[in-house]
Amino acid sequence: MESPTIFRAEGLTKIYDMGEVQVVALRDVDFTLLEGELLVLLGASGSGKSTLLNILGGLDSPTEGSVWYRDQKLNTDNEDELTEYRRHHVGFVFQFYNLIPSLTARENVALVTEIAEDPMPPAEALELVGLKERIDHFPAQLSGGEQQRVAIARAVAKRPQVLLCDEPTGALDLETGRIVLRALERVNNELGTAIAVITHNAAIAGMGDRIVRMSSGRIASDERNPHRTHIDEITW
Amino acid sequence: MRALRKKLGRDLWHNRGQVLSIAAVVATAIMTVLSMRGTYESLVVARDDFYQESAFPHIWANLERAPESVRGRLEAIDGVSAVDTRIRFMANLQLDNRDVPATGLFSSVDPDVRSLGQLVLRSGRLPGIRERDRVVVNEKFAEANELEEGDAFGGIINGQMRRLQVVGIAISPEYMYPLAPGSIFPDNETFGLVWMGRETLAAESDMEGAFNEVALQLQGSAQEEAVIDELDRVLKPYGGLGGYGRAEQISHQFLEGELTQNRNTGTLIPAVFLAVVAFLLNIVLRRLVDTQRQEIAVLKAFGYTNRDVGWFYLRFALLAVFIGTVAGIGFGVWFGNVMVEMYKEFFVFPDLQYRFGFDLVMIAVVISILSAAIGALGGVRSATGLPPAEAMRPKSPAHFRPGIFERMGFEEWLSSTARMVLRNIERQPVKSILSALGVAFSVSVLVLGMFMFDAIEYMMDLQFNKVQREDISVVFERPLPESVEIELEHMPAVTRAEVYRAVPVRLIHGHLEKEAGITGRRLDDELQRIIDEDGRPIRLPPDGLVLSRYLADQLGLKHPGPIRAEILEGSRPERTVQVVDIVDDFLGASAYMELEGLHRLAGGVRSVNGANLKLAPGTRDAVMSELARKPSVSGVSSPRKMYEIFRQQMDEGFLLGVFFLVFFSSIIALAVIYNGARIALSERGRELASLRVLGFSKQEVAVLLFSEQALITLVAIPIGWLLGYWMSWAMVNAFVTESYRIPFIVDAGTFTFSAAATIVAAVISSLVVRRRLNRYDLISVLKTRD
Repeated sequence: MESPTIFRAEGLTKIYDMGEVQVVALRDVDFTLLEGELLVLLGASGSGKSTLLNILGGLDSPTEGSVWYRDQKLNTDNEDELTEYRRHHVGFVFQFYNLIPSLTARENVALVTEIAEDPMPPAEALELVGLKERIDHFPAQLSGGEQQRVAIARAVAKRPQVLLCDEPTGALDLETGRIVLRALERVNNELGTAIAVITHNAAIAGMGDRIVRMSSGRIASDERNPHRTHIDEITW
Repeated sequence: MRALRKKLGRDLWHNRGQVLSIAAVVATAIMTVLSMRGTYESLVVARDDFYQESAFPHIWANLERAPESVRGRLEAIDGVSAVDTRIRFMANLQLDNRDVPATGLFSSVDPDVRSLGQLVLRSGRLPGIRERDRVVVNEKFAEANELEEGDAFGGIINGQMRRLQVVGIAISPEYMYPLAPGSIFPDNETFGLVWMGRETLAAESDMEGAFNEVALQLQGSAQEEAVIDELDRVLKPYGGLGGYGRAEQISHQFLEGELTQNRNTGTLIPAVFLAVVAFLLNIVLRRLVDTQRQEIAVLKAFGYTNRDVGWFYLRFALLAVFIGTVAGIGFGVWFGNVMVEMYKEFFVFPDLQYRFGFDLVMIAVVISILSAAIGALGGVRSATGLPPAEAMRPKSPAHFRPGIFERMGFEEWLSSTARMVLRNIERQPVKSILSALGVAFSVSVLVLGMFMFDAIEYMMDLQFNKVQREDISVVFERPLPESVEIELEHMPAVTRAEVYRAVPVRLIHGHLEKEAGITGRRLDDELQRIIDEDGRPIRLPPDGLVLSRYLADQLGLKHPGPIRAEILEGSRPERTVQVVDIVDDFLGASAYMELEGLHRLAGGVRSVNGANLKLAPGTRDAVMSELARKPSVSGVSSPRKMYEIFRQQMDEGFLLGVFFLVFFSSIIALAVIYNGARIALSERGRELASLRVLGFSKQEVAVLLFSEQALITLVAIPIGWLLGYWMSWAMVNAFVTESYRIPFIVDAGTFTFSAAATIVAAVISSLVVRRRLNRYDLISVLKTRD
């Protein structure tokens, strides 16, 4: 049986007006993300994958086309509505962790739980990513991988339905990258959060339930992956 | 290096808000130097020239009457280089176009003798010594009453109405601030200086071959005190009222007060402003170097030397200062001219010009450049000290630790966002403290300025609504019996008359002595009262003397007790008198006694010298004119009218004054808070973007960004209050003169206003930065490395 959809996008086109030139980042893209799914979005830089993710996550608005979150059509022109949407439903993880340097790991997570509706305690979120021991450390005292796991804990602490990750391992070495991916997998398995991971690293693709390839602003292929690769087998 | 020059231009443009805010502070500093110090120097030069040219005396003394033969003995006093004897008296004037009489201070003049404090003629000529009814008047009086050469006005001299014709208009170095005796601000309509030929004046006032005022000039080495002692000794038999030096000469004293104030303001204010400039340049350049780490690395990798890189950032600072300097010189010269014109309204100089001193400009420019260099030092050093390889890497993340509130156990109470704010402030304590001090200074200048307005208001209100409640006061030409009171009360419009006696005395306590006048009043007098600093009336004791605190201090008298009083009239008895109360008042150096007690102390006939009158409404002008025509009256004045003039001037000038004050004081607050917020945005744009992604609204993020500045402002306000309170107190202590003391009144309104104006400045600065925050592109910020 097909799971219900979390995102549905129809006819998404995004054109960046750069003054003298116009850059078409998305060309008439249709896309869905299902509940509990771990999706890997693959593509070279400039293929439009980040643009797609940003529009789905309410960080950017399409030039044309519509986005539905569950049954609700997103009013992508309304800044306040998008803020509310990000606040309660979507978690983000970026390549550069974007932690608040003046706050400890726990406080970085608390930043989100203080404004969310039904959050998990910060300590629980950090335990989920294996950072229980480093809970009172400041970002400057944490390694890159640890910082990224704090970022993941911060993203999942509000119990979002979906987690959007843009090159989460892009700045990490293989071993640390694996730890981060394991944390994502655990979130997906234990909380049932749908996850979309953007990467240009094809090696990661095997961990997803579904692999979508993008090129030149279009979806080039969309495949199911019945056999998820074990993360220990991933290498780059 | 052309590429670097282009980069400099673009960096300046990119940071124009910060550059301009710093330039504005520099401009204010330079403007203050050029206007205040410039005015100070212009006034000093003009005054010294005038004093020099007119042979301004060093010592004056008034006396009853001495024959001209005494002159030789005065000339013989050791240290005296020149002696000038004069005849001087007050008389009523009747101007054709005025309903109200004016008072004239008549002085003798001799066109053939080079006198001390010589007049400078603005037009016309001096009257000949035997020329009848021809006079010279002072310029301000002529202007205020539209008198020109050839015009005439009435003068009641020795009981006779004379028609006096103006033959010349002049200014006197002894009346650069033309103040009627006993007055605190000039009223040129009703007070005029009138000079008449010596022999004519002598004949009119029964002073042939005699004088009642003397002025001395001293040799360079002479001791002023010793000369005054000897002068008093010589004049004692002739009713000498005690000699005094320039420090007690009213016109000199007022001018000196202005000069001191200009010199201090013109030094202190720019010093603080330039310190703020150094601080702002320091934080702005450090941040600029931080954001340009990689550019610096590339420049160095391409072979630019440390000197090139350092010079680049130094030039950034110098250009910001240069813009401010040019603007400051322009505004300073303009404002200096405005100030000098303003001084010409009050003070009279033969040739007062705003002098645009090149040396002053040079000093201002050099000091600005120095402050720029000091401010830039930190940023320049961090740019030159950066090894290229390290500069290529992003700066390592800043280290934080729990703030002091959390360590004190308040952790539970603070939200994560509150902790961010507190830790950011604590991580850069010096910057936070200096920012707070800068804002505090803005607050303190407002407190000081508003205090000055309040103090003057209070002083005037006290004087004219509580102390002097009479409608008019009358000075008699010569002592009259007390029964004159009944006569005055019988005048139709007079509802109450209270006579008083004024006796000149020399008060002596230990080795200290001071000339003063004792005013004798009745116990049930209501029109004039003794009022203490809190505005409460003090009952006149039936026996003994009440002294102004100022007078008591001059005599070294801390507590009530006995002192000696040498009466300077009649048979000049010297007696012991009990001081029973010392009162903190603000105007004049007064001594009061019950009238009977004064009669006993002074001896002689039981006479009075003047009266205070309360009138039926609307009769003032008519009564004044009627009284002025009486031969027994030498002066009629209306404190009420003076108060009305004061109120009018105050109401006209107040708003403009407050506007300048707020504008001037807010510049620092604006610049400090703007740059603080702007740098915070640049440093933490990434954090704020992260928060937006996490679902914080624009409003919440803005609150977070500005909380730090808000907190600094809130901490700064009470510090500024304290500083302003202290500065006001220092001002009170710096201006203790015989004429006036400033009441120390800093009320809640002043504190509220200074805080409110500073908060408004902070909000305006924040709104400017907020516009930039709103334009921030979330995604691009997050996609870049730190």
